[in-house]
Amino acid sequence: MTTSDRGFSLFRFAAPQAFYPLAGRLAPWFAAAAAVLTVVGLWLAFFVAPTDAVQGEVYRVIFIHVPAAWMSMFIYLVMAGWSAVGLVMNTRLSFIMSQALAPTGAMFCFVALWTGALWGRPTWGAYWVWDARLTSQLLLLFLYFGFIALTRAIEDPRRADRAGALIAIVGAVNVPVIYFSVKWWNTLHQGASVSLTKAPSMASTMLAGMLVMAFAAWAYTLAVVLWRVRPMILERERHTEWVGAVLAQEAAAEGGRG
Amino acid sequence: MLSAFVAVLRRDLLLAWRGRADVLVTLAFFVIVVCLFPFGVGAEPNLLRAIAPGVLWVAALLACLLSLHRLFAQDHADGTLEQLLLSSEPAVLWVTAKVLAFWLSTGLPVVVVAPALALLLDLEQGALSILVLSLALGTPILALLGAVGAALTLGLRGGGMLLALLVLPLFVPVLIFGAGAVEAELSGTGAAAHLLLLGGGLAGALALAPLACAAALRISSE
Repeated sequence: MTTSDRGFSLFRFAAPQAFYPLAGRLAPWFAAAAAVLTVVGLWLAFFVAPTDAVQGEVYRVIFIHVPAAWMSMFIYLVMAGWSAVGLVMNTRLSFIMSQALAPTGAMFCFVALWTGALWGRPTWGAYWVWDARLTSQLLLLFLYFGFIALTRAIEDPRRADRAGALIAIVGAVNVPVIYFSVKWWNTLHQGASVSLTKAPSMASTMLAGMLVMAFAAWAYTLAVVLWRVRPMILERERHTEWVGAVLAQEAAAEGGRG
Repeated sequence: MLSAFVAVLRRDLLLAWRGRADVLVTLAFFVIVVCLFPFGVGAEPNLLRAIAPGVLWVAALLACLLSLHRLFAQDHADGTLEQLLLSSEPAVLWVTAKVLAFWLSTGLPVVVVAPALALLLDLEQGALSILVLSLALGTPILALLGAVGAALTLGLRGGGMLLALLVLPLFVPVLIFGAGAVEAELSGTGAAAHLLLLGGGLAGALALAPLACAAALRISSE
């Protein structure tokens, strides 16, 4: 570990050995933050936010739908970003991160599609329409499936890492298409709910509820990914001494408790 | 450098010619899939005319997908691919030559046969040239994108299904604009916008896909 000799550096945590305990320490905090934010967000969503003037109570699905849709796109970009970092800098941890992100991204993608269908039935009169936003989101789900299937199908971890990284980067083309689909094709799906450049078009409590839920989704993602990364690191590094030490320590702690 | 390109192109075309049966199977598959639709949805001419662009495009896409695994499999099995990767020629060059040979042997026949099949589906004569043009611009994109997937799934168990899962989402935009071009022509709005988008897509894929494909081949044969 040469970097730590020269004082504290964040890059130190690029080493799986240093990242493993850090992930273990951080994950519970993010999990707690996710729980608190979800409770606050749902309280705002169901008890504080007013009934929508146009859509009535149905609109309340956006408190889950919009954060899930944001996360599904964002996670794919982060996945592609980690993949690019891994390919360029040859850091093993980056590939592990992108593989740990994929299931959560796929889950948010599915949640966005499912809640969208539940909202679409009473509002549009159909669970599904072949609208540009909906279809591109469905393609995003397939891209997640392709990435997960490819990385699981290849047994050699080095090849799996690199092949997955390449397909993640190629697939990232789709994300801007989803994001701009409501602008490029004038379709059924409504425009962006929140804009950075315009004043919010919804009640402030609605906006607050949605943003709190979005932060809850972020915290949840961080917690789950950090937890998922830990066994992946152990599996990859199982031949090293430090993993043996960690496992012996954990077994001892287990024995002491029991 | 150009001689390497020509040599690989000649070799792959020669191999395709010697193994004509494979190429003909792809073409037969295309014809049969298109002919299944009148049996499946009923032989009502108005209906067939309406779905003809989509049916022809989906069939062409599936034919391409089914033949994609052949692109590198043979060379991978007999070691040619390793030799090519070890050679001093830039990989992007011979990858492009291989994809071009692949398109000439499987994509081009589909483009040539498509108008005859379009007549079976009662597509308007005026739209035939747009159909051919859209396929001629679109199928090379399919071959280029598919080559990346074929390179990544090289030598994997169940590689064929995995290849479909990987590349089908990427094929969808090509399908939308390809079939959309013919439909736009039929509805009188003109196919220019769709064809220009396909042309732009082809230029982009031609510039980027061989790079990704060469990288994928390196990953797969380490």
